[in-house]
Amino acid sequence: MVWALGAVAVACGVAVFVVDSMARATFALLASFLCTGGLLMAAGLHYPGVLVILMMIMEMLVMAVFMVMYMMNPAGLMPMSMLHNRRGALAVAGTAFAAMVAGIVAVPWPERAGRPPDEPAVALGEAIMGSKMLVMMVIGVAILATMIATVVLAMKSGRYGDDA
Amino acid sequence: MTLEAFLVVAAALFCVGLYGALSQQSIVMLMMGLELMINGILVAAGGFWYAVRPVVDGQVLVLVAITVMALEMAMGFAVVTALFRARDVDMTDDAGDLKG
Repeated sequence: MVWALGAVAVACGVAVFVVDSMARATFALLASFLCTGGLLMAAGLHYPGVLVILMMIMEMLVMAVFMVMYMMNPAGLMPMSMLHNRRGALAVAGTAFAAMVAGIVAVPWPERAGRPPDEPAVALGEAIMGSKMLVMMVIGVAILATMIATVVLAMKSGRYGDDA
Repeated sequence: MTLEAFLVVAAALFCVGLYGALSQQSIVMLMMGLELMINGILVAAGGFWYAVRPVVDGQVLVLVAITVMALEMAMGFAVVTALFRARDVDMTDDAGDLKG
C-alpha cells in the first residue's frame, strides 16, 4: 500500500516538471498531494490526511488560476523550455537522493515505542487545546500575519497608498 | 508498513522537489518544487509517527508542516503578484537583478 501510493506520488511529482501544460503540471501536483494524504491516512493519521487532501484540492485550484495569470504557456500549446542549469539541478537532486537512501538503509532505526491511540484525531484535538496550546497560538498568529502581509503585498497601491 | 518505505518515498519526493526548485525559471513552478519538498517532509513525519513513536507530538509536527505549506504558498503568490506589478517579471532570472 505504502509503496503503491508512494510510487504514484513520486511519479506525479516527476510529471509536474515533465509535462508541457502548466495546467497539467498543477493537477499532477494535486495527484501527488492526494497520494500523500493517502499515505498519512495509511499511517493512521486520518485527520491530517483528510486535511491535506481537502486543502490541496483548494490550493491547486487557486494555483491553476495563478498559472493562467502569470505563465506564458498555461495550456501547453507552444512547447517551450523554462529551465536553467538542468544538469546541475539533476546532479544535486540525484546526489541528495542517493545520500538519503544510503542513510535510510544504514541507520538502525529503533523499534516502535508504544502503540498508536485508538482515536488519533481525538488525541490531537485534546493536545492542541491543552498541552500544545502554545503551538496553536503561534500558528494562529502566523496565519494572521500572513493574511495581512499577503493583502499588503498584493494590493495595487502598496503599503503607503497611491500618493507615496 | 516499514519506516524505510515511508522514508524512501519521502526522500524521493523531496529530491524531485529539489530538482524543480533548482531548475525551474518560472517562479510559480519553483513554488511547486518547494511544495513537493514539504510534501516529502509530511510523509517522513507521518512515517516516524507510525513506526517509531506514535505519540501526539508527531501529529502536531505534521499539523505545523501543513500550515507552513499553506503559508508558503500564500506568501509566494503575494510576492509573485507584487513582483509582477512592480517590474513585470515572472521569471527567477529576471528577478535576480537589482533595479537601478
